[in-house]
Amino acid sequence: MQALIEQFFNLDIMVQAWPVLLGGLWVTLTLCALVIPLGLIGGLGAALLATSRYRAVRWAMVPVVDVFRALPPLVLLIFVYSGLPFAGVDLTPYQAVAIAFALNSSAYYGEIYRAGIASVPKGQLEAARSTGLSAAQTTAYVVLPQAVRTVLPDLVSNTIEVVKLTSLASVVALPELLYSADMARSITFNASPIVLAALLYLALLWPCVRLLSRLERRMAA
Amino acid sequence: MDRWELFLETFFKSEVITRYWPEILSGLWVTIEVALAVVVAGLALGLALAVLRAYRILAVTALIVVFVDMFRALPPLVVVLIFYFGLPNIGIVLSNWTVLWLVLTLVLAAFAEEIFWAGILSVPKGQWEAARSTGLGFGQALVWVVLPQAVRLTIPPLTNRTIAITKNTALGTVIGVGEILNQATTATSFSGNATPLMLGAIAYLLLFVPVVMVGRWIETRFAWERA
Repeated sequence: MQALIEQFFNLDIMVQAWPVLLGGLWVTLTLCALVIPLGLIGGLGAALLATSRYRAVRWAMVPVVDVFRALPPLVLLIFVYSGLPFAGVDLTPYQAVAIAFALNSSAYYGEIYRAGIASVPKGQLEAARSTGLSAAQTTAYVVLPQAVRTVLPDLVSNTIEVVKLTSLASVVALPELLYSADMARSITFNASPIVLAALLYLALLWPCVRLLSRLERRMAA
Repeated sequence: MDRWELFLETFFKSEVITRYWPEILSGLWVTIEVALAVVVAGLALGLALAVLRAYRILAVTALIVVFVDMFRALPPLVVVLIFYFGLPNIGIVLSNWTVLWLVLTLVLAAFAEEIFWAGILSVPKGQWEAARSTGLGFGQALVWVVLPQAVRLTIPPLTNRTIAITKNTALGTVIGVGEILNQATTATSFSGNATPLMLGAIAYLLLFVPVVMVGRWIETRFAWERA
């Protein structure tokens, strides 16, 4: 028991690591502030293309989305970060993470929006068009608001996944929360800094998970 | 060298392909192995926890909710690192394969429990009452009447979640499990060429595109049946 506390909940080490982890937390938050909007916007674009009036566009989107859903995000990240330099494209860790995660989360957000758009009854669309709204106006003012409402729990759930996703940036040495914690671990030979990072992730995401559970239950009722 | 040749030379160099494809293939087997073990153990544990929760014993429910919430909120890589670097120091030595399997199993179990539980809740109360009134015990009503109906509803969300968590086998590379990504990055640094990374990406696509397509099919099929 004593060894367990020493190894996982060592307060002295946690206090020492605190400033480094706080810096890491800040990087994690800025990363989220970058990747979440990119994914939301990219996903909306992908969904609009996937529900386009033109069959060729719709069909072309299926393999594109499937490829980015099938590739593990870490594989995509390593490919962008370590693979592209061989082709003469040098990226900073920040740029590589932004590109890889924007592509990955756009594919996921896109699928969610698409399901939402599909759930809006056709009559809504016809009624909107018959009142004289253009196709773009119908999408923006009639279809999307209803679609987003329906899939709100899924959007929240995916956003939690994106926040968790940013921890992968540690693999390409971007000094976010997990990377900072792992640095502190390798210096102190003690797992407490990573436990502290886990506690910070929990502080950040546990309320979101609770909110999500409530949201899901309310939508189901 | 024009751009197209540069592209081929960088990502599809034939000598590198012939030299390293067996490594990628061995990584593919490891990925499949871990993935299957995670799916079987994770879904079984998730279902077991949901069934346990149906007995509505306060202390048990509280423990399950805390477990589920924690593993839904924590990034899996964080848990992998805590287990991999922390446990040996308190005398629990697990192989890197076991750590990866264990963590992903716990994560999948947490998400699966939540989905199964939502399924159980969605079965109308009358089904319970009718089952009990025919003389079935609580356990029997759960297994023979409620679960068969609950599990059907859970299939689409469960499929998507299982696919997403199975792809996390790539995290194994961080702790040196010789799965696809690990083989690909090692081969890339040995060969000084990005072809193994491309081979690795193709291996993942071969493995997961069919799974994603099946998931999409299941989703539309079950949505259609509900309507």
